[in-house]
Amino acid sequence: MTQSLYETLGGEAAVNAAVDIFYRKVLVDQRINRFFESVDMDKQVNKQKAFLTMVFGGPNNYTGKDMRTGHAHLVKMGLNDSHVDAVIENLGSTLKELGVNDAEIAKVAAIANSVRNDVLSR
Amino acid sequence: MPRLTFAAQVYESRENESVLECLTRQGVTVPHSCKSGVCQSCMMRAVRGAPPAEAQKGLRESQQEQGYFLACSCVPQVDMEVTLDAPELFLVPATVQSLVSLSSKIARLRLHATQPIEYRPGQFVNVRRDDGLIRSYSLASVPQQDNYLELHVQRSPQGQMSGWIHDQLKEGDTVQVSTPRGECYYRPDALDQPLLFVGTGSGLAPLYGVIRDALRLGHSGPLWLFHGSRKREGLYLVNELRELANTHNNFNYVPCVSGESGVDGYVSARADAAALQQHPDLKRWRVFLCGHPDMVKTAKRSVYLAGAALRDIQADAFLSAH
Repeated sequence: MTQSLYETLGGEAAVNAAVDIFYRKVLVDQRINRFFESVDMDKQVNKQKAFLTMVFGGPNNYTGKDMRTGHAHLVKMGLNDSHVDAVIENLGSTLKELGVNDAEIAKVAAIANSVRNDVLSR
Repeated sequence: MPRLTFAAQVYESRENESVLECLTRQGVTVPHSCKSGVCQSCMMRAVRGAPPAEAQKGLRESQQEQGYFLACSCVPQVDMEVTLDAPELFLVPATVQSLVSLSSKIARLRLHATQPIEYRPGQFVNVRRDDGLIRSYSLASVPQQDNYLELHVQRSPQGQMSGWIHDQLKEGDTVQVSTPRGECYYRPDALDQPLLFVGTGSGLAPLYGVIRDALRLGHSGPLWLFHGSRKREGLYLVNELRELANTHNNFNYVPCVSGESGVDGYVSARADAAALQQHPDLKRWRVFLCGHPDMVKTAKRSVYLAGAALRDIQADAFLSAH
């Protein structure tokens, strides 16, 4: 059996390192940062950790329904495909900084893309 | 909506209502203070029905297994039967050794605990008055140097505990203090790491403890303290901190006033803004933020964007109870 990227990268510790880079990128990205401004930074960080754990193929309890209810208010704020693209782009550059190869990055992007319709309530 | 059973009475909860809100709305007295899952003074136990995981955050594993939870952070998902038989609260009587005012708003309270209390400077204790009123205060003392627990009490408008401490408490009186808790303390794992401390008002208390602890343990990297208030009289320990900066080359003290300008020896800016202006790149730094919740919230974001890693940001918002 092949290892998931989650295991290859080093599990939870790797997710923590990736979140540090990823969330900073997202917060300074003018295209999408308004969707990530939250009252509580800790809660936002935890959400990003759960997201990265999922796209790295780690243990998670995400369901399509969670994705829909969790993002419904953002869809009302105008969340669309271009924003999902920007998130995936930031994800890719985060992984590049961490030394992950292009093939693995493509796999991660594919997992992220697999929840696109749920996130956008389609 | 889930129902709560307490002392053989059934209480209907409303949507998104915590156990604390539900019970107090219906006239039950539950001890509480911060209402944010920090002080743990509203600890209850579930006899039936499991509390959600958020309600057990920060509790010891043994407490979690026994069903203890924090009423303020518990929005019941199922019917629950709850009790107030709090675990050993580990309250220790402590007598007032001295009580002096350091500024118009801040009193320095030194307590002598009747049993030795182990703590790290910067952690906090709950102080309990005889009638059950509880508030949390951070420790400014260093156990290896001070034979007392030092708290800085900022008088808050309509503050029941702070008003009482300022106006009525006197030397020789007794209060109860809890086991110290909290993550705001110095860890001697990177002696050369640059440290940034930003505090407002009595947020200086834990920082004063942490800084002196770091210096005692031989921290060799630079330490920068930005202490802010609107006006000069809101700052305190100014001479002590200047003296500390004189005797330690790596410690730098920057008193900040946001509501006054052109005062010699003070920077005219908010403490967090002054800190970032002087240190725009915080990569590799460890940052301690203590004091007003708005400052802590804003500064947490800005120091993170300036490069400080999430695990290196220690934030202690001083919430006031209402």
